[in-house]
Amino acid sequence: MNASTVPETALGTRVLTRRERYALGTVSLLAIIAIWQFATGMGWINPVLLPSPLEIVKALIASVEDGTLFVNILASLLRVVEGFLVAFVVAVPLGVAMGLSRLTEGLVDPLLELLRPIPPIAVIPLAILWFGIGEFSKVWIIAYGAFFPILVNTMAGFREVERVHVRAAQALGANRFQIFRDVVLRSALPFVIVGARLGMSMAFIVLVAAELIASSSGLGFMISDARYKFRTDQIFLGMACIGVLGFGLNMILLATERRLLKWKTA
Amino acid sequence: MRSLATCERPAQRSAAISVRHACVRYGAREVLSDMTLDVRSGEFVCLLGPSGCGKTTLLNAMAGFVPLASGSIEIEGVPVTGPGGDRGMVFQEYALFPWFTVAENVQYGPRLRGASREELERITEHYLGLVQLPNYRDYYPNQLSGGQRQRVAIARALANQPKILLMDEPFGALDAMTRESLQQQLLDLWQAEPRTCIFVTHSVGEAAFLAETIVVMRSQPGRIHATIRNDNTRPRDRTSDAYFAMYRRIDRALRGEAMDEPQEVAAP
Repeated sequence: MNASTVPETALGTRVLTRRERYALGTVSLLAIIAIWQFATGMGWINPVLLPSPLEIVKALIASVEDGTLFVNILASLLRVVEGFLVAFVVAVPLGVAMGLSRLTEGLVDPLLELLRPIPPIAVIPLAILWFGIGEFSKVWIIAYGAFFPILVNTMAGFREVERVHVRAAQALGANRFQIFRDVVLRSALPFVIVGARLGMSMAFIVLVAAELIASSSGLGFMISDARYKFRTDQIFLGMACIGVLGFGLNMILLATERRLLKWKTA
Repeated sequence: MRSLATCERPAQRSAAISVRHACVRYGAREVLSDMTLDVRSGEFVCLLGPSGCGKTTLLNAMAGFVPLASGSIEIEGVPVTGPGGDRGMVFQEYALFPWFTVAENVQYGPRLRGASREELERITEHYLGLVQLPNYRDYYPNQLSGGQRQRVAIARALANQPKILLMDEPFGALDAMTRESLQQQLLDLWQAEPRTCIFVTHSVGEAAFLAETIVVMRSQPGRIHATIRNDNTRPRDRTSDAYFAMYRRIDRALRGEAMDEPQEVAAP
């Protein structure tokens, strides 16, 4: 309750400050890279299987210079954003309807429960058969992957609006619209944002899988193409880019979350 | 302190709340049975009883949250058909909107009615001052202690200028010292701006300290067992004989003993 107390874990150890966390993370990352560079530099490891960090940096510079990295990142980013937006636009209204109406929930929920355990990666072959190997197919697969986390969380958010908050608003004279705007939406928002974050990370996982199978651009393509050419350095570069990109998108969503939900962290 | 003379003026003797043969059922179970009760305008009434006696249900029926199976409840002659801003509500679990700041919570009712910016400022300042939290306007509820939250909740209810203040065990979740302090603050508020108050509690001491009228209820089905008038002068002293006598009287009623005459304090 009191923000000024020193944060402690349940076991009484002190919680790290943000700066300490960054410092420690940098130390461990640098240590890994140093060991890696040393081991490959000494010739202990076959460089075809595990190139040195320096080789990966060289691959980075080369692909930046010829522009392929940029093209691939942009292609992947575009697909993730498109697929995510499609999923969001469909899942949120459906989630709202299911959260607020028992009838809708009763009708739709059983279908969703049957579809939900099917991993999005398992629908890739079907998508290729139905929609071919073009952009539409990939966006569809990504949207399918991002859809469920957004839907399930939105539904939970709207279902778990607290009755006492609704009553408090009613006793202050709020009408149905005002209750929806000031209570229902507000209390469901954190869930929707969490759903969006999970949906985004799922979109990323599915993106790479889809691009590995059938594409001519994107980071997933870059990785699978590099495999045929035996360019392990480019494989690592592609993986690193996916990691950084996913991390960056998550940070953006986290920052949005903090802005919108100041009241939770205050 | 309110003088008795004020209470007895004809205009104030009109029933603020009039409950007639009210029944509430949850399915087949009768939670509230044939309840009849009149509350004068400006009166402070405590609904007291064990868990499950229907005291909260009666309060929720007055608030319009719970429909009646039969009978009626009228507020100043107007039948209750649903919740409304004329009946302010204070909940045991505070029910502040966690996504609004303290000021936004307090302003919520007036803002819905389209109050101007200056008016909202004035209201916020006034009511946060009344509950002694003038410097907390920009805090969020989760930054406050339980007692502070409930004070904001009271300010929020009062800021909407309700005719009636309905309180559902508002101090039940607080520690004993905070509770006594808030009881006193509530009485101060009530005396500064007299308003009909219905206060649900299961604490005999709380009822003896706060109420002018104590409605003792019994369960299965919920009904009125006794109505006790508490004319002890204010400010009430929790160590006075009059307070103990009232406490004992309420306590005996609660235990179901005969309860016509006030009990004498036994000599030591």
